[in-house]
Amino acid sequence: MEPFGIALTTLVLFVSFGFMVGVLFGFFGMGGSFLVTPALLVMGYPARVAVGSGMAFVFGTAVIATLKHHDLGQVDYKLGGLMIVGTSVGIEVGRIGVFYLEDLGLASGVIGITYVVLLGAIGVFVTRNALKNDGSSGSGGGHHDAADDEIDPDAIPDIAKKIQSYRVPPMMTIAGGIQVSLWMVLGVAFATGLLSGFLGVGGGFIRMPAMFYLIGVPVPVAVGTDLFEIVFSGGIGSFLYGMEGGVDLSIVAPLLAGSALGARIGSAATSIVNEDDIKIYFGLMLLGGSIAVAFQQAGDYFAIEIFNTVGFALILLSAFMVSGAVIYSTVTEMRAQANASVPSAD
Amino acid sequence: MIDLATSSSAVQAGALVGAVLLEAFVLYVGYGALERVATPVVERIKHA
Repeated sequence: MEPFGIALTTLVLFVSFGFMVGVLFGFFGMGGSFLVTPALLVMGYPARVAVGSGMAFVFGTAVIATLKHHDLGQVDYKLGGLMIVGTSVGIEVGRIGVFYLEDLGLASGVIGITYVVLLGAIGVFVTRNALKNDGSSGSGGGHHDAADDEIDPDAIPDIAKKIQSYRVPPMMTIAGGIQVSLWMVLGVAFATGLLSGFLGVGGGFIRMPAMFYLIGVPVPVAVGTDLFEIVFSGGIGSFLYGMEGGVDLSIVAPLLAGSALGARIGSAATSIVNEDDIKIYFGLMLLGGSIAVAFQQAGDYFAIEIFNTVGFALILLSAFMVSGAVIYSTVTEMRAQANASVPSAD
Repeated sequence: MIDLATSSSAVQAGALVGAVLLEAFVLYVGYGALERVATPVVERIKHA
């Protein structure tokens, strides 16, 4: 049975996978989407379709998330507009790189290895930080609670202060009254756009920390502006890949249907669960993704089919583990709150 | 001179992006309505 041009089992798999990715996206404000391209690569889709469809999925997810962040006033449109310019150029260069490598027959290998290194490095960084902060953070509740807080100058990282001290004109004012060089904004946008076009990801897991650490944008505004920017970069990327036959709607539509529901649950969970409790799972999920792609690469290189299967199972397991942890923590916390309110009725 | 093959693939790519955008809007509105209906029900069950 093939309802939308794909087997029913594949359809259910895509909706379920999209749901898990949506929970992660809604909860962490980033991440999750970078699991889609490796999953499609592991499933045997050509690099161009995996990257193009991954990008179209990111575009749709970002549209939904931006609508929500707009309502919360967490989007700096001026900064977002400039980021779009730099990112668009970066995406085009990245896309040319993918097609060039594809002509050489190296695309899947190079993209896969870049994923392994990038996911592995960020995974180690996040896990190490989570272990270091374990028990030391006193912040309770959801991580989006600080959305309307005033910007504390001490919260701006030293590296951002140092970079901002190089006042290469023209300077511009961003959210929170922070002055930053236009070249820095365009540079960060180009570099993250390059990775975005090359890997077929929205780039949030790179751009969001880059906006915070290198430009000094407050975290809630960085998340909202990043999502707004992804709407355009994802749209342009999808269009360019679509022209080359790289976007498969039978992949994108079910993934998006699942992720839109998951993102709502993930967003709602942010006001209930403490992010620090989940962060370690997030880091481990990135490491799991990295190992999964490494298995797939080894499977291709040594022509061992079982490695590809193990890689795919690891990707699913990683996403399932973290999204499950978010949902489990939410339900547990809701039950605890409900139980706590019962004695007052006596 | 306009290249017909390029303009055809551009139209096709534009339609694909439009379809994803439309699906995103429909899902945002649809799930939003579902959330408005489901929230009071969940609250009622929680406090039952």
